[in-house]
Amino acid sequence: MSELNLAQALNDALDVALAADDRVVLLGEDVGVTGGVFRVTDGLHERHGGRVIDTPVAESGIVGAAFGMAIAGLRPVAELQFLGFAYPAFDQIVSHVGRIRNRSNHRFTAPLVIRIPFGGGIGAAEHHSESSEAIFAHTPGIKVVAPATPADAKGLLLSAIADPDPVVFLEPIRVYRAIKEEVPAGHYTVPIGEARVVREGADVTLVSYGAMLRDAGRAADTLEADGVSVELIDLRTLSPMDHATIVGSARKTGRVVAVVESHRSASLASEIAAVVQEQALYSLLAPVERVTGWDTVVPLKRTEHHYIPSPARIVTAARRTLAG
Amino acid sequence: MEVLRILDVDGSLIGDSPVDLDEARRLFAAMVTARVYDRKGSALQRQGRLATYAQFEGQEAAQIGSVAALRPDDWLVGTYRDAAAMWMHGYPWEALLLGRMGDERGGAPPAGVNVLPPSITVGGHMIHAVGLGWAERMKGSDRIALTLFGDGATSEGDFHEAMNFAAVYSTPTVFVCQNNGWAISMSRGRQTASETIAQKADAYGMAGVLVDGNDIFAVLTAARTAVQRARAGEGPTLIEALTYRIGPHTTTDDAGRYRSDEDVDAWRKKDPIDRLRAHLRSAGGWDEAWEGAIEQSASTEIEAAVAQAEGLEPFPADAMFDRMYAKPPGSLEAQRRLQGDEPG
Ligand SMILES: Cc1ncc(C[n+]2csc(CCOP(=O)(O)OP(=O)(O)O)c2C)c(N)n1
Repeated sequence: MSELNLAQALNDALDVALAADDRVVLLGEDVGVTGGVFRVTDGLHERHGGRVIDTPVAESGIVGAAFGMAIAGLRPVAELQFLGFAYPAFDQIVSHVGRIRNRSNHRFTAPLVIRIPFGGGIGAAEHHSESSEAIFAHTPGIKVVAPATPADAKGLLLSAIADPDPVVFLEPIRVYRAIKEEVPAGHYTVPIGEARVVREGADVTLVSYGAMLRDAGRAADTLEADGVSVELIDLRTLSPMDHATIVGSARKTGRVVAVVESHRSASLASEIAAVVQEQALYSLLAPVERVTGWDTVVPLKRTEHHYIPSPARIVTAARRTLAG
Repeated sequence: MEVLRILDVDGSLIGDSPVDLDEARRLFAAMVTARVYDRKGSALQRQGRLATYAQFEGQEAAQIGSVAALRPDDWLVGTYRDAAAMWMHGYPWEALLLGRMGDERGGAPPAGVNVLPPSITVGGHMIHAVGLGWAERMKGSDRIALTLFGDGATSEGDFHEAMNFAAVYSTPTVFVCQNNGWAISMSRGRQTASETIAQKADAYGMAGVLVDGNDIFAVLTAARTAVQRARAGEGPTLIEALTYRIGPHTTTDDAGRYRSDEDVDAWRKKDPIDRLRAHLRSAGGWDEAWEGAIEQSASTEIEAAVAQAEGLEPFPADAMFDRMYAKPPGSLEAQRRLQGDEPG
């Protein structure tokens, strides 16, 4: 055990995977000598040499090459620098990575991991704060994972590398260095596809993931100070989504608020609301609320705070469900 | 491929100057002004007044020289590192600063300034220059489009699509690759295995030129030829300007991790401003007081732009909804109202 932040926990996971399995290969822009723009691959090039590969600036090339490597039996982990730079690779992900198992009737599979930092909150330049996870979750054939804490990040990344199918692994930029916690040493896994109940409660359920989980937690603190009992769920895996945990909680509390940073329309908050009304309608005491970013380009530093949902907005939405 | 060079490293002429002395002095003043801006940009970032800043020190000749070949109504499409070029083509300092301060209003140059906002994504913008020039030709105008990009950008698929379109349709496009040696931590040698970037032009069927990018006379000469060809309907050109990024990739990068100080020092000796100064001095067109005055007035002008950018009224909280569509759809208006969930 040691106290690690999320970036360090991911670094530890990659180190463990590279040491355990010769088939694991890291590739991406600047992942080698500099250790990646967020230093997640720091030091791995020195320790694992030729299996940590600096590539040209070519996202489609990185993912396409990783796809070929995976089919040929390696376990590639590709890094894209920001979610806003993943779009040049989107064609590879949607047209090829997600379909190969289906297209070849299991003859070929592509067990690769595509690591991408996502979300805003650090006042970065245009394209550096995207939260477009829904378009990946909308794509069949890939799994989409988004950890919120260091310990989960390590365990989920090790699961993703071992997974027989492709995984898009989204890392919350705002959390990389924001929190530290005890992270177990060595190899362990956190299962893909299982949400975590962060705290149990009886009056209202907040469902979130990634960087927004902390804001949802802050909102829960405020509500609890007012005597509201909040159940907080961290989805951890966005696709396939753990419907059972969400629906079970909705049946218990009767009130659900989905909290996401992404654009509102067709977001995962929309999906959460749909699942709850399909499977828990008669337990609901109020309409499901969505607290989201807006259907606008993510604003730059000066106005970004008007976009990312604040704990205050989450509290207001939760209160609306309680008033109903 | 031979490297076009006119102004030698010591400032002596080894070819025909493309400009007279007055014009050379104007180019010098522009490079000095750009450097004043660049140094201020870094300083402002260190003070927390700008978000991440991408320095262009060392690349002044490549940027100013290529843009000096344009007519004011031609199009320019550049990147986050091309502030000098954008300013030279009419993009105001305060708009450039606003962008770096994280204010969307920086994306709008004044009417009549045909410069697109700087491209942050690498590679995607080159094809826009193809479309712009192509459209001008369809409209019967003789405007051309020039696009700037780095050596790293030539690795992206979009570069190849842009080159191919331009050559196939013979569009009036000038591609200027500022080969500054690095794409963040990756050297040029790891972006392409071809000996030069300029030679790639061959494969697409267009003209390719290799120039000393720290020699403003060479850059201007190559750009003028390319612009004339484009305007005359003779098709696109790829210019590779050999230069160097003296600073780190951006203010968040630690260049010490991947390159040596000796390398940087060797390139400092080929500085584009020093080179033109040496030439002007021997031609009797330079003295210290004159350069001091340029620096002084640049500093004053840029300080005023900083004050203006910092003094701007804050964007209203809901302004983001107004910029997405000509008329915000009902769904966005509903979101504007939801924003009121935020107290105060
Ligand atoms: C599509 C895309 N991928 C990755 C990045 C991150 N990135 C920013 S600059 C850069 C290097 C670009 O190098 P080059 O094209 O040589 O231009 P330079 O920065 O040297 O001027 C990278 C990889 C980006 N902005 N866009």
